[in-house]
Amino acid sequence: MVSEEPRSYPFSEPDRLNLDPAYAEVREAQGLVRVKLPFGRPAWLATRYEDVRLVLGDPRFSRAQAVGKGDEPSLIPFGPGPDTIVAMDPPEHTRLRRVVAKAFTMRRIDSLRPWVQKIVDDLLDEMEKHGSPIDLVESFARPQPGMTIFELMGIPYEDRPKVQKWTDIALSTLSAGYTRDEVLEAAASIRAYLADQLEIRRNDPKDDLLGVLVSARDEQDRLTEQEMVNLGVAVVVTGNETTADQITNFTYLLLTHPQHMQELRDNPGLVPQAVEEMLRYTPLLAGTSFPRVATEDVVLGEVLVRAGDAVLPSMMSANRDGSVFANPDVLDFHREDNPHLGTGHGVHRCLGAQLAKMELEIALSSLLKRFPQLRLATAPEEVTFRKGTLQRAPQELLIAW
Amino acid sequence: MVWKIEADRQSCLGTGMCAGSAPDYFELDNTGKVRVIKDDIEPDEAVTDAASLCPVEAIRVREAASGKTLAPL
Repeated sequence: MVSEEPRSYPFSEPDRLNLDPAYAEVREAQGLVRVKLPFGRPAWLATRYEDVRLVLGDPRFSRAQAVGKGDEPSLIPFGPGPDTIVAMDPPEHTRLRRVVAKAFTMRRIDSLRPWVQKIVDDLLDEMEKHGSPIDLVESFARPQPGMTIFELMGIPYEDRPKVQKWTDIALSTLSAGYTRDEVLEAAASIRAYLADQLEIRRNDPKDDLLGVLVSARDEQDRLTEQEMVNLGVAVVVTGNETTADQITNFTYLLLTHPQHMQELRDNPGLVPQAVEEMLRYTPLLAGTSFPRVATEDVVLGEVLVRAGDAVLPSMMSANRDGSVFANPDVLDFHREDNPHLGTGHGVHRCLGAQLAKMELEIALSSLLKRFPQLRLATAPEEVTFRKGTLQRAPQELLIAW
Repeated sequence: MVWKIEADRQSCLGTGMCAGSAPDYFELDNTGKVRVIKDDIEPDEAVTDAASLCPVEAIRVREAASGKTLAPL
């Protein structure tokens, strides 16, 4: 029955890269379950592939209607403001996305491969110089996407530590123990920092992403000042954080699945497919957020979702749906067809997906090539995962070779 | 003026950017790839926008008479 008390969500604190079995139970039961997140009103959690893809792609589900009323179901104490791209529907969303879309097309990203390879090779040189063992997170997984996105954006890389600190606090969940004020202040600091950087670009025009944003604002009047700042924040935060965590997660997966790692050593051409499979397999998030609101009654799973209800589309659950993926809980680099939702779907699909995949391919293949004896420097169970953050990843990953 | 929409289903990734931003003109079929609903259309910015948003530039919008590409540019 739908009238029962909502379940507390996330179902549990994240346990390494394991997905809580509750998702599979809901998928096999009604598909949807009523949940209550730490903040905001109750919502439906959609768990089946077909339903999740529909909520992400169908204009009958609105992001804009979920935000700005102070009751958005959320894992963190503040939701995105209405002038952020993740809080918009077309055509406003389209207007903003167009400003930055061109910089992230497959064609443009492919042209950056040699440059990213150089960043990776230089970092690997430094690691070799330092010697084994070393923490992969600080020596490689964070600097690589950090250098890439800071350079593309046109902001100084030496500012990464402070941006990282603000990001860590702004994207922390309740169990991290920060106060609401600390979280809000960190988010405000990132915005103020980007606003400063954009102001610098106004006076010193350059052909980087800051320049693209400034020109869209000042010359073409395509977005407001606040929208420009928020768009810059979104690109820097996601470009820096998400790829870093996935480099660490995917390396951890390979080091704890030695046969898979050997497969990639024997057949480096398999790396792009392996990256797709690890995007499917890895539950990156501590819990699903960014709900959509139904603009009319829609049947999802075996439930009638009423107009006005909020629905959380769980990509991590959809990616383990056995009706789409054979043996969904098995990591398999040879899947013929892998229409996973690891980078989302629909208008809010990850803008940087092409860049992230390219970085992951180069990072992983170069790491394996450089260190033929790559291994964990600790027992797998001694690898500790971060706590109290929206994204999962090892806190530190000590590797040896 | 008439615009013409072409979609390259070979390179289509099925991201749903086009179907989500211009649902009157694009949909994803049961293989998850783009299908153009109407290919000869009255000018509509939603279509050139959708072509500009596609990460693999699988959609091309042309001016029917001259064949000139309107998007992506």
